[in-house]
Amino acid sequence: MKEVTRRETLALGAAAGAAAMFAPYVAWAAVEEANALIAKFTGGKAATDGKITLQMPEIAENGSTVPLSVSVDSPMTKDNYVKRVIIVADGNPRPEVATFNFTPRSGVAEASTRMRLAKTQNIVAVAEMSDGSFHMTKRQVKVTIGGCGG
Amino acid sequence: MISRREFLQVVAATGAIFGASAPLAQLAAQQKITQQDLLGFTPFGNVTIAHLTDIHAQLKPIWFREPSINLGVGDAEGKPPHITGSDLLAYYKIAPGSPEAYALSSESFVALAREYGRMGGIDRIATVLNHIRAERPDNTLLLDGGDTWQGSYTSLQTKGGDMVEIMNALKPDAMTGHWEFTLGADRVTEIVDELPFTFLGANIFDNEWNEPAFEPVKMFERGGVKIAVIGQAFPYTPIANPRWMIPNWSFGIREDEIARQVSAARNNGAELVILLSHNGFDVDRKLASRVSGIDVVLCGHTHDALPAPLKVGNTLLIASGSSGKFVSRLDLDVKGGNVLDYRYRLIPVFSDVIEPDAEVAALVDKIRGPYQSDLTEVIGRTDSLLYRRGNFNGTIDDLFCDAMLEVRDAEIALSPGFRWGPSLLPGEEITREALYNACAMTYPTAYRTTMTGAFLKEVLEDVADNLFNPDPYYQQGGDMVRVGGLGYTIDPVKPIGKRISDMTLLKDGSAIDPSRAYTVTGWASINENAEGPPIWEVVETYLKAHPAVRIEQNDAVKVIGV
Repeated sequence: MKEVTRRETLALGAAAGAAAMFAPYVAWAAVEEANALIAKFTGGKAATDGKITLQMPEIAENGSTVPLSVSVDSPMTKDNYVKRVIIVADGNPRPEVATFNFTPRSGVAEASTRMRLAKTQNIVAVAEMSDGSFHMTKRQVKVTIGGCGG
Repeated sequence: MISRREFLQVVAATGAIFGASAPLAQLAAQQKITQQDLLGFTPFGNVTIAHLTDIHAQLKPIWFREPSINLGVGDAEGKPPHITGSDLLAYYKIAPGSPEAYALSSESFVALAREYGRMGGIDRIATVLNHIRAERPDNTLLLDGGDTWQGSYTSLQTKGGDMVEIMNALKPDAMTGHWEFTLGADRVTEIVDELPFTFLGANIFDNEWNEPAFEPVKMFERGGVKIAVIGQAFPYTPIANPRWMIPNWSFGIREDEIARQVSAARNNGAELVILLSHNGFDVDRKLASRVSGIDVVLCGHTHDALPAPLKVGNTLLIASGSSGKFVSRLDLDVKGGNVLDYRYRLIPVFSDVIEPDAEVAALVDKIRGPYQSDLTEVIGRTDSLLYRRGNFNGTIDDLFCDAMLEVRDAEIALSPGFRWGPSLLPGEEITREALYNACAMTYPTAYRTTMTGAFLKEVLEDVADNLFNPDPYYQQGGDMVRVGGLGYTIDPVKPIGKRISDMTLLKDGSAIDPSRAYTVTGWASINENAEGPPIWEVVETYLKAHPAVRIEQNDAVKVIGV
């Protein structure tokens, strides 16, 4: 069966019987599960805000393929670089989206991908620096029915 | 309705909102507003910006009632443009009953409309622009904020071709867009390739390679000043309108991209940076507070008309209304990359005062000629005021919902919260042109389906969040979806999922059951496969059975918490 995105599912004026037919009964990951993933990544250390930037649309145009770019402000030298960046979605059935690994030879700590969003949720990006510190940022991306803007 | 005599008695001579000449109210009292009073402006500085936006293909003068309810939330609460009616008049010190009051507020609309006549008309706009250009031949930029090619019978029949022809005659220097994209990617590309000016869209990217799909910025030189105009199309076009019509283009606010364009423009020597925006006013207000280096934001989309610029930091926000009611003129004194000072006038286009430009008037006649008998055919008559603007309902939409409920035989009707569509005064005939002015668009299908009560609640909550999310970047700029056959209570300041309560099926007063399926009709579905007749056919069918329209006061939506 063709996968139906939430937007298609909910789009105003969906075909007959829309609501009852679609609503996929997936057990949504609890926010706790996302937090546990992050805690595992940081080894329980606190992550501070700043240095890491997550670019995503405020409202997804297509929940099944949402563009995402992450970058970390770092000189990327042998002594000071970004080791890993994890992306976590706190409202998806599987909250782990991606982990990007870097070395000083990466030159810059930047990565882009696309992800699927089941519903409106927070996307969290956490960076592990070579000195063992962690930085994080969070962004809410809305998945909406649409159709009434005017 | 107040008589002209009574009206003249309430006209007080307060400050001149629209500019430097005598207050229009005074002139109105003397029964002699002239074209010069409307256009008078002491030229100032070295650059003049003329701004038009959201004309929605209105070639002829129209009535257009501004909203009486336009709530602001979050930081925008109680601030322009979220001040309406008599509060707006008090805020801007506008005399009740004055021409400004008629143009800008909903107060005594019908009486004042009969007094001051229709507004707009592209031939009158041409006269205003000719006047500005004659006064400032080497200093003027004309910028069109978009929503230009959609909204009338002729624009629908010609796929925007009528507006392209007319606008080419008006010679804008650049434009951006929103409803333009509902003509579909092929038609937009076809038109844009031929335009004698630039169609800007710094926030439109190719979906596949994430490359710019339109020119982001255009450099001009006027009055010896290097000017960068950055174009920002409506960020949520593929969400609020059918994405399938423009499958390869991605939009979004893309604040970082605008910041990048502003600094690139400055590096390229721009002394004046203008954002020609279709973001919507509250989005622009937030953007101006976060992206530095923009001197002027020409706002569009939310159809607000503000008689004075609103300043955010060093950025001037200009809101020029809709439907051809106004032309903004902004004179700037730019030196060394800074705006030292400015003069502004929101020029109200009173169609009985401003002389039509003969050339453009002839072009309008030529364009409308082949459709004249369709346009003028009378299909009904209204005994009450028909208008659209307002956060929760408009009487035109009440008519549409009544028509859909009956013709499509449904329990509940949904009608989108569009902000375009002129008004009709009590006693007026409803022509086919008037009907299409409220619904001419490329996805008009009036569908019939079933939805559970739970899903209906989700729809209302979703649309309410698009309107009342306290963060403007999550707002889409329309009004609340209109409902027929359904009542509800809304608390706009609550979060999503908690705003809507007491949903009631009006036909029997029963509470909406989350698990029951209801027969629902609506139009303007963004789905590609919607089935049904076009909305204008539904309304025409209804008017054949009920040719005399009278819309009673609609209390089905109760607003609490504000």
